[in-house]
Amino acid sequence: MSLLEIDAINTYYGEAHVLFDISLHVEQNEVVALLGRNGAGKTTTLKTIMGVLAPQSGAIRVNGEPVQGLAPYQIARRGVQLVPEERRIIGALTVEENLELAALSAPQRWSLSRIYQIFPRLGERRKNHGNELSGGEQQMLAIARALIRDAKLILLDEPFEGLAPLIVRDLLKVCRLLADEGRTIIIVEQNVAAALSLAQRCYVLNNGHMVWEGTGAALKADPDIMQTHLGI
Amino acid sequence: MVTWALLWAQLFNGLVLGALLVLVAMGLTIVFGTLGIVNFAHGALYMIGAYAGYVAFLHTQSFILAMVSGAAVVLLIGVILERGLIRHYYARPPEDQILVTFGLAIVLIEIVRLIFGGISRRTDEPIWGNGVVNLGLLYYPRYQVEVLGIVTLVLIALYLVLYRTKIGLIVRAGIEDPLMVNILGINVTRTFLLVFGLGAMAAGFAGVINAPIVSVDPDMGAPILIQCFVVIVIGGVGSFWGAVAGGLIAGETLSLTTMVAPDYAQVMLFAAMAFILIVRPQGLFGVKTRQ
Repeated sequence: MSLLEIDAINTYYGEAHVLFDISLHVEQNEVVALLGRNGAGKTTTLKTIMGVLAPQSGAIRVNGEPVQGLAPYQIARRGVQLVPEERRIIGALTVEENLELAALSAPQRWSLSRIYQIFPRLGERRKNHGNELSGGEQQMLAIARALIRDAKLILLDEPFEGLAPLIVRDLLKVCRLLADEGRTIIIVEQNVAAALSLAQRCYVLNNGHMVWEGTGAALKADPDIMQTHLGI
Repeated sequence: MVTWALLWAQLFNGLVLGALLVLVAMGLTIVFGTLGIVNFAHGALYMIGAYAGYVAFLHTQSFILAMVSGAAVVLLIGVILERGLIRHYYARPPEDQILVTFGLAIVLIEIVRLIFGGISRRTDEPIWGNGVVNLGLLYYPRYQVEVLGIVTLVLIALYLVLYRTKIGLIVRAGIEDPLMVNILGINVTRTFLLVFGLGAMAAGFAGVINAPIVSVDPDMGAPILIQCFVVIVIGGVGSFWGAVAGGLIAGETLSLTTMVAPDYAQVMLFAAMAFILIVRPQGLFGVKTRQ
């Protein structure tokens, strides 16, 4: 049984049809990249998995259990955790409070010291408010919120966007560590090289349709797909 | 002619009025901050608190019981309203929310008028509030000093709930980004019920303790509601310290202007609000919230 199975979902923003019969599956301990140009429907797919958007048709199963139509908090309690593109750190709370908030409803949580071991920078800034953090620190905190909940499936939406190369390198190292640990991740990323360095398999979306799936190596070997749908 | 004695008295009046505004505005600002609902029925809940306290005091002659039952009645009404009506409007456009709470205010006011009639009533001060106290600079009604103390205690309790408990953590986060709180596995709607209930209770409690100072009538909630909106704009939506600062500024502005030009008291209040809107649109302690 796959950890996540998506079967022909259709999602709308109001009247606009955004996802067309999207199907995908993610196995335990797998890192899967979701690629495509801007507006391809990558973020919408993640939001639909998390329950932020409800699909009008199709099925989403986590560990075989249907979750479509559930509220985000119910899906989060099944071990799925979205790390949103905008990071959505609570600015009025300190780093530590943001982490404690994330851990509140987790059936089994990490200790703060374990988080600070992975992200020493967050440990140094634990008393700072969310709105005092740099972009890189906010991204660390956004990922740390998923980790402290011991999420079984982490949905990373553009984790490297707008960050300095040095910070991207550090975050990539953490992501690789998590992948090596066997954590299951779906990563959406414009930086295809970074995404492919983490993912074993990838899906390519175009205008809300799934146009390609296969291994990272197969994608790299297919210049047509890279050129047509990813612009590389 | 403004004398020192008058100035001190008005400053103190402003402080007591401000403290009550803080208490009523606190519920309004936190409900607006977390739920996104501008509750036009908040003034009516304050009024119901005053009536509940009035009835309880009439029958028991115990002001403590009046405070407890006034707060409890309004808490109960708040919970019923949230479950039965308000929660269906969280996802609706603001104009629907305004219409429903505005309509609710009218209904609540008219129900009270039907039961108690339109004439104003007065709750006596509690025995422990009779007389005056010597504050050094002036003699001041004992009860009003006690009101200041009671409000301070309630605000400290509210502060501790907001800043030292898990529920408070969720509420503070929910004020900024309820969707993210939801994504982090927390059932925000359940917290919303609590927030609405507590907000209503604070207003009801303020109604009880203010009843001996002002007259109790079905329309008593309207002016305080408007003043509380000003308090929130000055202090910043959803902010604890914003409500405190805004309430005290509004109280003193009203009180000190009344001393020199009573007709301009409300004008000055709105002038203060306009000034804040120009120099700091998010309010003194306002944070940018996410839609």
